[in-house]
Amino acid sequence: MITLSHYIVLGAILFCISVAGLFINRKNVIVLLMAIELMLLAVNINFVAFSRFNHDVAGQVFVFFILTVAAAESAIGLAILVLLFRNRSTVNVAEIDSMKG
Amino acid sequence: MIDPSVFQLVCFYAFAAVTVIAALSVITLRNSVQAVLSLVLAFFSTACIWMLAEAEFLAIALIVVYVGAVMVLFLFVVMMLDIDQEKLREGFVKYLPVGLIVAVVMLVEMLGLIGVRVMHTQTMGVNPATAAGMSNTAWLGMALYTQYLLPFEVAALILTVGVIAAVALTLRQRTGVRHQQASEQVAVKASDRVRIIKMAAERPVDSQPASAQESKS
Repeated sequence: MITLSHYIVLGAILFCISVAGLFINRKNVIVLLMAIELMLLAVNINFVAFSRFNHDVAGQVFVFFILTVAAAESAIGLAILVLLFRNRSTVNVAEIDSMKG
Repeated sequence: MIDPSVFQLVCFYAFAAVTVIAALSVITLRNSVQAVLSLVLAFFSTACIWMLAEAEFLAIALIVVYVGAVMVLFLFVVMMLDIDQEKLREGFVKYLPVGLIVAVVMLVEMLGLIGVRVMHTQTMGVNPATAAGMSNTAWLGMALYTQYLLPFEVAALILTVGVIAAVALTLRQRTGVRHQQASEQVAVKASDRVRIIKMAAERPVDSQPASAQESKS
């Protein structure tokens, strides 16, 4: 029998993989964006599982909205990335320091 | 004959393994195109896992929206940009221990928080959509278009703003390029292009040069 903990553990593993991805690929913006997508996916798995196991539709509705926002986010993120590459000819995070933060 | 619940569990483990391996290759692969393709695989096997949880609509939406649209967008951008892969790999080994430690510590903390053994008793039970006498899509749609109508419309607005922002960010006006001006083409009048001149039907014959030529020959 599949239990709730199966889904939650899978979500936790995916989330931790993407956190590790943020750490070890801190130069490449494209991989950073992909790691964020993976994080959202891990959260969505949890939402779907809780919705199914607690017999509540709100979880699946929320996944729907997360998908919408993630699509808009990646579209704008990639637009910024293209703009950045056009102006600086690099996607290296270490070289993007003109704001001196 | 294999028990359905055991078969379900085997399927879950298979899809989960594929998802985790694909996610690992997303963050470790050298080539960005290969990383995007593994992300596609991760999304696809996650959609299969959602199918196991009987969330059919979201599984199909994940494939259509993510694999079909967002990942293709990623692929386009990755292929469009001429990226020096080697330079971006610097620091991979340097940050590997830190990343691993943080990830493992987080995972252990999360699993401790979840309390795997406590929740192990909760099984799926009856499908709520089937219990309500409709399909998963209808069940989701009923909630979406009644209780969550305003958030749904706000989501549509967010998507519109996202599209406008993406176009506005990447649009550029090049100098020294001749563009077609459709509005001017439509607004043009016949009097701007054609000039009508009144003139006589026949030209008066000038006989003097012709007679001079004849006399010369």
